[in-house]
Amino acid sequence: MTTSTDHDSATLWRDGRPVYDRGETVCVVGAGPSGLAAVKNLREHGFGVDCYERETGVGGGWNWRHDRSPVYASAHPVSSKPLTQYPDFPMPDDWPDYPHHSQVLAYLERYADHFDLRPHIWFGTEVVKVEPADGMRWDVTTRSTGGYGAERTHRYAAVVVANGHNWSPNLPAYDGLDDFKGRVIHASAYKDPAELRGKRVLVIGGGNTGCDIAVEAAQQASRCWHSTRRGYWYAPKYLLGRPADQFHDAILRLRLPLRLRQWLLQRILRLAVGDLRRFGMRRPDHKVFETHPIVNSQLIYHVGHGGIAPVPDVARFRQYSVELADGTEVEPDVVVAATGYQPRFEFLAPEALAATAEGRPRLHLHAFSRRHPTLAVAGLIESDSGILPLVHWQTVAIARWLRLREAAPQRAGEFWAGTVAKEPDRRWTGAKVKDTPRHWFEVSHVDYLRALQKMIDGLAGARA
Amino acid sequence: MRLIRFDDWAKPVPPVRREVLSATPELDEGKPPVLFVPGFGHGAWVFAEFWLEHAAGRGFAAHAVSPRGHGGSAGSPKATLRAYAHDVVQAAASLPRQAVLVGHGAGALVVERALARYPARAAVLAAPVLGGWATFGAAVRRNPGGTLPAIFGGRLRLRRRQLFSREVPDAVAKAYAGRLGRASARAQWQLLLHRAPEPAVGDPPVLVVGSPDDRVVPASALTRAARRYGGAPLLFPGMGHDLMLDARWREPIDAILDWLEKGGS
Repeated sequence: MTTSTDHDSATLWRDGRPVYDRGETVCVVGAGPSGLAAVKNLREHGFGVDCYERETGVGGGWNWRHDRSPVYASAHPVSSKPLTQYPDFPMPDDWPDYPHHSQVLAYLERYADHFDLRPHIWFGTEVVKVEPADGMRWDVTTRSTGGYGAERTHRYAAVVVANGHNWSPNLPAYDGLDDFKGRVIHASAYKDPAELRGKRVLVIGGGNTGCDIAVEAAQQASRCWHSTRRGYWYAPKYLLGRPADQFHDAILRLRLPLRLRQWLLQRILRLAVGDLRRFGMRRPDHKVFETHPIVNSQLIYHVGHGGIAPVPDVARFRQYSVELADGTEVEPDVVVAATGYQPRFEFLAPEALAATAEGRPRLHLHAFSRRHPTLAVAGLIESDSGILPLVHWQTVAIARWLRLREAAPQRAGEFWAGTVAKEPDRRWTGAKVKDTPRHWFEVSHVDYLRALQKMIDGLAGARA
Repeated sequence: MRLIRFDDWAKPVPPVRREVLSATPELDEGKPPVLFVPGFGHGAWVFAEFWLEHAAGRGFAAHAVSPRGHGGSAGSPKATLRAYAHDVVQAAASLPRQAVLVGHGAGALVVERALARYPARAAVLAAPVLGGWATFGAAVRRNPGGTLPAIFGGRLRLRRRQLFSREVPDAVAKAYAGRLGRASARAQWQLLLHRAPEPAVGDPPVLVVGSPDDRVVPASALTRAARRYGGAPLLFPGMGHDLMLDARWREPIDAILDWLEKGGS
């Protein structure tokens, strides 16, 4: 374990406050799936690591005990094991194709114990401020979660931000929402289908969470309306007897042109799922792969059983009813808004991440700050696979980059100028992804990993 | 380092029931767990004879896994090296802490593949059979009757005196040889024709041990294997191929554990 900072003497000062120098140690913010991968891979590359976690356990959003956890009782990943797990620590063979969220947490806890990561994590400590300091170093100010105790500032050689992007609820400002007398909750507050029993429920949002909740409402509520902005492609969890994502990767492997692949997959979905207009749903207004994939085998089944009534977008709320885009009105007791989450980085100045006016960070490979070579973000992606396989390689690339910087600053500078600083923002997906707020960091796992491969190979080449 | 792994994503290795034999120390001294991987035809039992208990006695939690089709694991006539490596990685990831992998014979070839999918704390290749034409030539010269049928999918047979030194009594050697099984025909072919393993992840230290009097692995092959990992082999003259069953089984396992205690480098 790294030595306790309490005994270090402060030799540096910032705005009249002492700053404790942690030397070449790297700071990781958050001990969720991304933070754990960062700690493990930085340690594997020989770095000292201090990881700050506001909660008292690992797992981030996957840990249902955490107040900011978005998981609900029935949550399962929509990607199967091989595309969900870290590539160097497989999930057990005797687990199902799609493990339960509590198994994902058990997996993350096992990962932390197996690689002995906990001694490097400061639990119950939240990061208040991350500010650039001299020599491309960073001053990180922390305090006990909840604001107890004094703030302390440590100086680090580099910072890896892994604070997650599925914890700050995004609730659209619907007209008349304040006057509505029924109960409105965001999906993050939804935990158990018992909350819906016997109620008339309106579920807003066609994402994976919205569809899951609509399916639960179909079985528990007295009525369920499911409101979506557009028609989507609904992939079942199994295609031809195999997990759909594995089937999809078997097609990806053929390296067909995107158009052909889209055509092929749309044919297959047409055959397996059918024409959704028969169920009163809208025809997708986009090609497959242009929105985050929705994987749900049960939604259409429950529409067919009459448990779910698909309805268009919400226009406005009234006192006792909700008006929809087509002018009809529904009268729900409970409205569940599965309207997603927003990434937030309050502890960082927006300039550090070169954020746009809407607060979208602009990073090389969604990970590297172009301005600060010692600042990186891990896990700020959405993918057509699980995040863990991608974040593992992201953090390997970060660790190798920091290693190169330390070992050969000259060559590191050339590498940075040649690749990271120059390369324009890109979307790591072939398809024209819908430009909605939740899709700007959508990537295709194969395109994205190819780009990461190039960077990791480039780093190895620069080192030699 | 290969990031695109369509095999792993689109065609994961199907699970089978796995046999893992263990011996654990009474007191956990914080030493890393050691996972032993037997060679073709051998099962986890070859380590359970002496090495597991001995390692546990020295404070190391010791485990041995039978790859599919071997020992007490479920049968799998079409298994490949990839499936064996999968079994090893699964067994390693199920241990409470980051493990050391020890592969014997063709088990060393399997361990090399497992190292590309699991960041082991360290690895030991004991009398490693890493395949290739040179090994095949040597095997045909020494034991044509046991080697040639394998070309046609038959069982690869090693003679008793290739496996054990003269110090092992005939009756004991015969009993051991009677317990040997076989690897799948595909895996046997892969001994001859296989792609070089992907590089190990996590950069683990690797030790090669063997015997100059091994009649399966020539001393030159040991030197070559050790050189690939930037070292020289540790040699135990007078022993047969099956180091863990030979009369002087204590020497190599003590040397391996000493190396691990020194931090494996």
